[in-house]
Amino acid sequence: MIKTKFDYDKYLRKNTLPHIWCPGCGDGIILKALLRAIDKCEYPKDDVVVASGIGCASRLPGYVDFNTIHTTHGRALTFATGIKMFKPRLKVIAISGDGDALAIGGNHFIHAARRNIDITMIIFNNYTYGMTGGQYSPTQPLGTYSTTTSFGSIEQPFDACNLAQAAGATWVGRSTSYHAVQLEKFIVSALKHTGFSVLEVITNCHISFGRRNKMKSPVEMVKYQKEKAIPIRSAENMSDEELAGRFKTGIFLENTDKPEFSSEYRKMAETLKTK
Amino acid sequence: MAKNIKLMQGNEAIAEGAIIAGCNFFAGYPITPSSEIAELLSSKLPKTGGVFLQMEDEISALGAVLGAALGGAKAITASSGPGISLKQEHIGYASMSEIPCVIVNVMRGGPSTGLPTLPAQSDIMQAKWGTHGDHAIIAIVPSSVNESLYETIRAFNLSIKYRTPVLILTDEIIGHMREKVVVPDKSDVDIIDVKLPDVPPEEYNPYNYTSGAVTPLAPMGEGYRYHVTGLIHGETGFPSQKTETIKNAQNWLIDKIYKNIEDIEKFDEFQTEDADILVVAYGSTSRSTRQAVMMARTAGIKAGMFRPITIWPFPEKQISNLSKRIKKILVPEMNMGQIILEIQRNACESQVYGLNVVTGEPITPDQIYAKIKEIAES
Ligand SMILES: Cc1ncc(C[n+]2csc(CCOP(=O)(O)OP(=O)(O)O)c2C)c(N)n1
Ligand code: SF4
Repeated sequence: MIKTKFDYDKYLRKNTLPHIWCPGCGDGIILKALLRAIDKCEYPKDDVVVASGIGCASRLPGYVDFNTIHTTHGRALTFATGIKMFKPRLKVIAISGDGDALAIGGNHFIHAARRNIDITMIIFNNYTYGMTGGQYSPTQPLGTYSTTTSFGSIEQPFDACNLAQAAGATWVGRSTSYHAVQLEKFIVSALKHTGFSVLEVITNCHISFGRRNKMKSPVEMVKYQKEKAIPIRSAENMSDEELAGRFKTGIFLENTDKPEFSSEYRKMAETLKTK
Repeated sequence: MAKNIKLMQGNEAIAEGAIIAGCNFFAGYPITPSSEIAELLSSKLPKTGGVFLQMEDEISALGAVLGAALGGAKAITASSGPGISLKQEHIGYASMSEIPCVIVNVMRGGPSTGLPTLPAQSDIMQAKWGTHGDHAIIAIVPSSVNESLYETIRAFNLSIKYRTPVLILTDEIIGHMREKVVVPDKSDVDIIDVKLPDVPPEEYNPYNYTSGAVTPLAPMGEGYRYHVTGLIHGETGFPSQKTETIKNAQNWLIDKIYKNIEDIEKFDEFQTEDADILVVAYGSTSRSTRQAVMMARTAGIKAGMFRPITIWPFPEKQISNLSKRIKKILVPEMNMGQIILEIQRNACESQVYGLNVVTGEPITPDQIYAKIKEIAES
């Protein structure tokens, strides 16, 4: 069987390259998986909107040939909500770092989930504020180091997937930039879901996070992802001690029963018109 | 045809004006004294095919407005005091990315939570300088309910024509009082619509800094794929740190407003021809001023009023010309002295006096008349 190579050029804005990411950064792997997933879904480029906040991850939209919006720090979902509600036929994707999504953008995150608006959000979780040089992030594991937690973090981190489920998202999953094939599959599933879908991707930032936490090369960080990731099903039979320091991967939730916000709005508007 | 005359509230007139202008998107967060605008549009917009959203805060409200505007919506948000402070981040984004939108500020006393139910005019300088970085802004200060309706239509037009956020600054008095309004038919007013660029997608650049013409913003999802960012960007929309690009982009944001000032400016003059004393007043304060000018005239003092309707960009030329003739200028404001700074800067040949009331009470005609008299006798 001849394996045809995927034509990334079809979706890349080559005039905007080279990208700003450090060599070995995980963000490019997620970008490639996203492009393959969009291609699998066969969305016309004109119908896709990619909105991001601010940060390394949030630079992604500049490189891809869709309708792209690099918004303000934490606010990708607010722009995404506006355009989705105004033009529901568009496929809207939000890209965020962990700080962007869960610190400054945390309020928008839980409210988008509560509304169950049809947006796919991909959170690039590198446990740190990569762009600003590695300050502590709300997902940073206890005891790890950053430029603002020199003595080890004593703050409890967020679990983005638990938060998304609690807030009302209807598709929730986690993968890593190491598990590129699974990642692509999950993005397809999230994109095809109607409702607010949240995919957390554990990605590596050896520059701002790894260096300060005994993983100074991308290889060490990718090894961390490989070793610490534990599929949901395997985790079921493991004790808390065995799970300590690891994270679950898989699709935690896929709920198709809850009404989606933009279509509920249109339905309401339709009934008003006929009155 | 018989005129369609209605009695309505200032906030209602803004909602009404928005609908006539073709507004099809509102996102906001409740705050006194602006909430009626949201409430009214929440029942009007779904019926006219538009979208109403109550967001989780004012930052997200303006974010949603900008997202919708990128999709081609005529979008508006309304707020007051603390809410307008939160909107500053995205007012800057709208300026930088040149996204049309209308932002209503029904001014109340501040700072902070201040005087939620009482009027002020203390956000005039915030309107110009509230968000960080150099930029120009358009701000309009209606002084009646009727004017609120027509100026809202004009605000939408200007926002699309110049691809800029346009602020409407009313205050608790105008927002909540009821007055007669002549409601126009859509066909009686000029309305600028969102349209597709007149070049095909492969030739489209979302920005143009040098030709002097404002490039129309292509609604997203119609075949024109481009990039929008709050970073300084070139004409293609992509970030750039080239000196030349930075210079062109920065200049353009100011030039596109100031070089078109004659199209954007709007003001009203009352008995200024032979005036010895000029009162410069705007918004609700201009109503008391008109009365005070008449009182002064009756008492034999030649007073007149200049009333900016577009307050930003400021009518510098008009003030400077009036200053050549009129040597005493009074500026009554419901703040500690904001527009007076612009008057002092432009009325170089006149003596400038302030009258500042910040008690949450309107400035009365008597107060203004007393000040006119005092100045006349000085
Ligand atoms: C309002 C605001 N506050 C702070 C910043 C500075 N800033 C830029 S990116 C960033 C953090 C990015 O971290 P994250 O979202 O985790 O993304 P990453 O860079 O790691 O991909 C911060 C704090 C900003 N741009 N805007
Ligand atoms: S700082 Fe970290 S997240 Fe940012 S590009 Fe470099 S490796 Fe990637």
